[in-house]
Amino acid sequence: MVVSYALLVAWALVVLFPLYWLATTSLKTPLDVNGGPFYIPFRDFQPTLESWRYIFVDLADDTFRPYLNTVVVGLTSTAITLLLGSMAAYGLVRMKYRVHIGAIASFVLALAGAVAVVAAGGPWQLALLGGFAFFLLLLQTVGRRFKRALGNDDIAFWMISQRMLPPVAVVIPIYIFFQQLALLDTWAALIIAYVASHLPIVVWLMRDYFQSVPLELEESAAIDGASRYRIFRSIVLPLAVPGLVATFLFVLVFAWNEYLIALFLTSANAQTLPLTVAAQNATRGPQWWYMSVLILIMIGPVIAMAIALERFIARGLLVGAVKG
Amino acid sequence: MSGEASARQVPVAASRRSPLVARLDRSAGAVFILPAVLVILAFSIFPLLASLYVSMTRLSFSEGGIHLTYVGFGNYAKLLVGIDRTHFLGVTVPLTPLTAVVLLVIYGGFAFLLVRYLRGPGRTVAGFVGRLVTAVIAGALVWLVVDTVMTSGRPGTIVVTLIYVGVDVSAQYLLALGLALLVVQRLPGRRFFRVVFLLPMMITPVGVAYLFRMLTDTSKGPLYPLWAHFGLTDVSWVTNPWGARLAVMIGDVWQWTPFIFIVLLASIESLPIELNEAAVVDGANRWQMFWAITFPQILPATSTVVLIRLIEAFKIVDLPNVLTNGGPGTATESLTLHAYTIWRALDIGGSAAVAYMLLIVVTFVGISYVNLFRRRVTAMA
Repeated sequence: MVVSYALLVAWALVVLFPLYWLATTSLKTPLDVNGGPFYIPFRDFQPTLESWRYIFVDLADDTFRPYLNTVVVGLTSTAITLLLGSMAAYGLVRMKYRVHIGAIASFVLALAGAVAVVAAGGPWQLALLGGFAFFLLLLQTVGRRFKRALGNDDIAFWMISQRMLPPVAVVIPIYIFFQQLALLDTWAALIIAYVASHLPIVVWLMRDYFQSVPLELEESAAIDGASRYRIFRSIVLPLAVPGLVATFLFVLVFAWNEYLIALFLTSANAQTLPLTVAAQNATRGPQWWYMSVLILIMIGPVIAMAIALERFIARGLLVGAVKG
Repeated sequence: MSGEASARQVPVAASRRSPLVARLDRSAGAVFILPAVLVILAFSIFPLLASLYVSMTRLSFSEGGIHLTYVGFGNYAKLLVGIDRTHFLGVTVPLTPLTAVVLLVIYGGFAFLLVRYLRGPGRTVAGFVGRLVTAVIAGALVWLVVDTVMTSGRPGTIVVTLIYVGVDVSAQYLLALGLALLVVQRLPGRRFFRVVFLLPMMITPVGVAYLFRMLTDTSKGPLYPLWAHFGLTDVSWVTNPWGARLAVMIGDVWQWTPFIFIVLLASIESLPIELNEAAVVDGANRWQMFWAITFPQILPATSTVVLIRLIEAFKIVDLPNVLTNGGPGTATESLTLHAYTIWRALDIGGSAAVAYMLLIVVTFVGISYVNLFRRRVTAMA
């Protein structure tokens, strides 16, 4: 008991001290920051709200607009990701998929055809349509010739492998992608990009939580005539709430804090807060005091959400469900 | 993508419903998975192909804009055998007795595992070939690490990245597991600790990087008294390669331990409590309960979160970039930072080539991990 508390408090200090340092830095003047380490307000240095005033009054719209963007993009993309990702994860856990080698070969062939059209100078819209038609044609002919197929685990691995390429490598193609769709500097671009890039994480995490939902419950619901969608909505999702909450927090945090994609896809209108933080590293060197204020107001809402949602990650939700 | 779904476990009682609903229910498999598959597919193929193409070109500025010249595998050759070899792979030296012994021990271990597999009951040709290829590639990577780290050589960005991934993910996992086990106990105030432990993950990575730059500053950071005690205030700690790497790794562990922590916590919390109660009745102590009951049950979640962290850890960039700018020299430069630096120098092709090399390494590690470890774990559960 004592040992537990000692360990908990020790790690809490490791976590909290850097945050304490952020908080005090946000109350310091540049002179105090550069003058050496001052630890305790009022004793070591005179706290001032100057940096907070600068961020909220002087910058005003340049703080609030990114803030709104971050909130809208973060919540929307997280909600969509969670919905699509849980559905896919449930499918992968409770249903059996077989993607035939022939189908994949057809897809690759059609893709190669489309690429060839674009490389030869054809418009991409035409290549896309032609490629799709070609794919359907091949699927009906070549697609059925091979018996071998990929299963659920292969689909899951394919999904997670989409996160393996570092963002640096894909930002330019993604930029061109949204430029062609005329979506640069909009919420939609960021939301689509975040949904696509965070889906694999949701699928992988939710798979494990769905696996732990007792099968007996689903079976009895099916016998009572519930459709699969209904089983998913009324039985599986409520029982996987702890996992949903944990996953929601992650994806929200990822979308909230994403930097590189936002840097490329947005300029004035849809800029998000991480860019504002990084922008405080001006030509005069990092403006620690402004940066600290921004980081603090950025984590505020996420912390509030973590406090509100924490109780859902509680023991005993599943207990008793299968009894009797 | 043609997903033919069939009910594996849950029987469908379709008789009482209208044909349309029944039909919708039969195609439930596709309805569940297709949206996600299509989104990922639409969004991944173009960047993947485009950056592959870019990695085989050289960017040049000509009249009327930029021009991409096709250079084949030139960018890759530059990394593996050309002028960027020392940057990417590092400076290797002839084997010393020490490294030879270390390598022999590790390779002996690989050989032992292969022989054991061949003698085992479940051996197949494909399984053996797969393991052989894995052993060869892993052997090459091990050689690279041993020969640049344990000798007077200098590790390249690929070795630095492997060190980051190995150290960070193991440290994060052990810490997170310990913390999760501590807060599942019914202690007063545990809700406070749970929320506090999540905090580092919520700060934007760029912000964490700047925060650690503040904290590690030897003349005005909070650890100044410590540095002063050792007389280190004038020497910037970033001049020592291992000191700088350690700072980067501490930052990464601080930031991402919460990720593993919350997954393990949610997993432990959702375990049925009856087994533990039965074990208490049987007089098992905590240690036995953990190893016999909790640990096997959280293994699937563990293997998932470790795989995700492995993949994400390979992409570490903000911390070394802001904290040390990759220095001293290239001592703390990760592969992504390597790609980023030469990208800023407008060597777009070279940058894409580095990114593709990273993709190859991560894919190798990911596939080996899934086949050798995760599959076994999920089969057990």
